Amino acid sequence: MTFINYASREINCKIVYYGPGLCGKTTNLQHIYDSTAPQAKGKLISLATETDRTLFFDFMPLELGTVRGFKTRFHLYTVPGQVFYEASRKLILKGVDGVVFVADSQEERMDANIESLYNLEENLRSHGYDLAKIPYVLQLNKRDLPNVIASSEIAAELQRKGEPVIEAVASTGVGVFDTLKAVAKQVLTELRRS
Amino acid sequence: MAESTILIHEQRYHEIKAVLARLRLDAAARLVVLVDKDGQQIAVHGDLADLDTTSLASLAAGNVAATGGMAKLIGEREFPTLSHEGDRESIHISVIGRVLLVVVFDQRSSLGLVKLRSKQVSHELAAAFNEIERESLSAANQSLPFGEITDEDIDSLFSQM
Repeated sequence: MTFINYASREINCKIVYYGPGLCGKTTNLQHIYDSTAPQAKGKLISLATETDRTLFFDFMPLELGTVRGFKTRFHLYTVPGQVFYEASRKLILKGVDGVVFVADSQEERMDANIESLYNLEENLRSHGYDLAKIPYVLQLNKRDLPNVIASSEIAAELQRKGEPVIEAVASTGVGVFDTLKAVAKQVLTELRRS
Repeated sequence: MAESTILIHEQRYHEIKAVLARLRLDAAARLVVLVDKDGQQIAVHGDLADLDTTSLASLAAGNVAATGGMAKLIGEREFPTLSHEGDRESIHISVIGRVLLVVVFDQRSSLGLVKLRSKQVSHELAAAFNEIERESLSAANQSLPFGEITDEDIDSLFSQM
């Protein structure tokens, strides 16, 4: 749910990174955080376990700049990927403006991708959203690993509606900003339409 | 989209700020923040110092969402208030419809006083937010300035990244 404040002239939007456990959602946020100028970002809040697995969510506010006199701020969230954190995952999708699905390109994680994408569709539906209608990007992460499936093959399995498909290596930053731009652009375009 | 865009016009914003300022004074609080249940900060009043209120808003919403989930598990609709007491600083959160009233206070105040004063302004804030929702809905049928955002405007946002 986009939030527009005419008094402080701000637009705030919420983007959620979704995907199976260990697919690189937090790594995406970490790279954005590390590569952004201090004045454009807030703190990166990570509610994680002692072994650095996301427990509830990661959060970081990112200010992109001004459009038509309004400061444009994106609130980036990740969900916990592990299956048993289902309740938390569902909560974080509330009020979402755009979703990035981070798929793990490794062959052995294909079933986990499919299960997580199905779970995303279900959880969006429970909040009254339709994946077919919201701003959405599919990121194929970990393209640098030796055991990856061809991008075309993963896209054939996971692409839902002709959404942008972006290859990435989040650990080195490849494709991270392209993904963010692709989803943010859709969110702002949606705002223009509304 | 499931929920429409929320628009806050200047007059409403200043009305809300005035309520927060009064609450801060009456409750002898350090800081008062009004947050949307989705984690967006609506307005803040008080001694900010170097406090990151954007993160506070997001975490307060996460906190309420998590305890709300627990409430449902035990057959409650939600827990309408949450309190966290620290050695020096404490936080009290009231759920008022779709917004959260977050009060940060220290030993100059007390949980009882903060609870009482928060409750006293809750009707006022609920009414203001109902108006905001009504105005947002009617504005959705009018042309917003963002209707004129061009592809170039959007691209220019990303040129620095």
